[in-house]
Amino acid sequence: MSTANKYSRQTQLAGFGPAAQQKLQQAKVLVIGAGGLGVPVLQYLTGMGVGTIGIIDGDTISIDNLHRQVLYTEAEVGKLKAEAAIATLRKLNSEVVFKLYPYYLDINNALALIKEYDLLIDASDNFGTRYLINDACVILNKPYIYGAVQQYEGHVSVFNYNGGPTYRCLYPTVPQANEIPDCNTAGVLGVAPGIIGCQQALQAVKVITGVGETLSGYLQIFDLDRNDQYKIKLTSVPENHNIKHLQSNYDTPACEKGGKLEIEELYRWYTDDKPFFLVDVRETKEFNHEHLQGAHSFPLSALSDNIDRLPKNLPLVTICEIGGRSARAATTISEAVPGSTVYNVVGGMETWLDEVGEQLVVYPKSETAP
Amino acid sequence: MEILLFGITRDIAGKPRITVPADTPLATVGDLKTWLGDQYPAIKALSSVAIAVDSEYAEDSQTISSHSEIALIPPVSGG
Repeated sequence: MSTANKYSRQTQLAGFGPAAQQKLQQAKVLVIGAGGLGVPVLQYLTGMGVGTIGIIDGDTISIDNLHRQVLYTEAEVGKLKAEAAIATLRKLNSEVVFKLYPYYLDINNALALIKEYDLLIDASDNFGTRYLINDACVILNKPYIYGAVQQYEGHVSVFNYNGGPTYRCLYPTVPQANEIPDCNTAGVLGVAPGIIGCQQALQAVKVITGVGETLSGYLQIFDLDRNDQYKIKLTSVPENHNIKHLQSNYDTPACEKGGKLEIEELYRWYTDDKPFFLVDVRETKEFNHEHLQGAHSFPLSALSDNIDRLPKNLPLVTICEIGGRSARAATTISEAVPGSTVYNVVGGMETWLDEVGEQLVVYPKSETAP
Repeated sequence: MEILLFGITRDIAGKPRITVPADTPLATVGDLKTWLGDQYPAIKALSSVAIAVDSEYAEDSQTISSHSEIALIPPVSGG
């Protein structure tokens, strides 16, 4: 198939031309998150001919993603987003080089990964990742395109571009957990991330090619409920450009998983050595029969009395036999310990034994009292 | 003085804008925050809200007048 005319409709565009197209073809862009924002970003950057596109996302496609993540199909539910995205995007543009990173951005991989790219797209879904992206981009002096949505509202900016403002110049204080509702509790209109993601793609093309004006120095707010836009001018704070190291913890609960942890993901936390505190809320007898490696026994019947013994600085993961008691425990802990991050393991020990088997399961010597 | 509300502040107030009564003595963004906190304790409880005065990001010390247009812009995180 001849690809000579592939980009003719934009190279013939006054003010764009073959020179801008060549800049796109030479660009390396990392898209962080292949969800609601990432999907339109990926579709347009691929179609328009960005040379290299990296996609980092450890999440899998679920049926309640499809109303807004319209790159995926019902048949792909359960597959890794990053993998499914690349498979489809290759059909859109075979000239693009795709790099697959089927895991989440974290403090261990962020700098090495981001270093390889010219421009980043923050299409993530939680505050922790957003501050991590900001700090890594400041350290490495990379511009990035910021986008975020909630309900009927979206925010877009270009941060850390030519000394311009950063995310910390806009929000110096990290919001406390549970203060701002996440996608699960607040919801998001399917088309909203589509609109904001397209704005991010537009800003990315402008930064890469130099065509038009970017939103560097401004935050643009899209009020999709009232068909309104509001733009504010930001101030670049010098000390926010002085970041030399990542923080040791960005406490990054992924929005879409907030509060729930599938067995598959818990298993990955183990294999990735992710720090967490496993709270087994079954009664002592059940715990003594078998439990997961490193689990701590906090029987639900006495949980409220022992809540002070839970660590404050680690994500807490509650588990029981099939997931019912641990869900109640997660609620109890969240209400009793403001700012805590609690995940309930869906399906409990029973599902672990079904899906993973006896791996990581500890069987203490029989302690059954007569 | 008009206060435009975005994100969760709009949900808290139950409306997209608040009109500050003309005789309210507010000299700075800090005064405005105190006044708002009295009216809406749930807004006061938010740890991170950007404030713009006449479409420019503003610190607490920024002076305001009865003609100022204020915007409260809490962060959103979804994607």
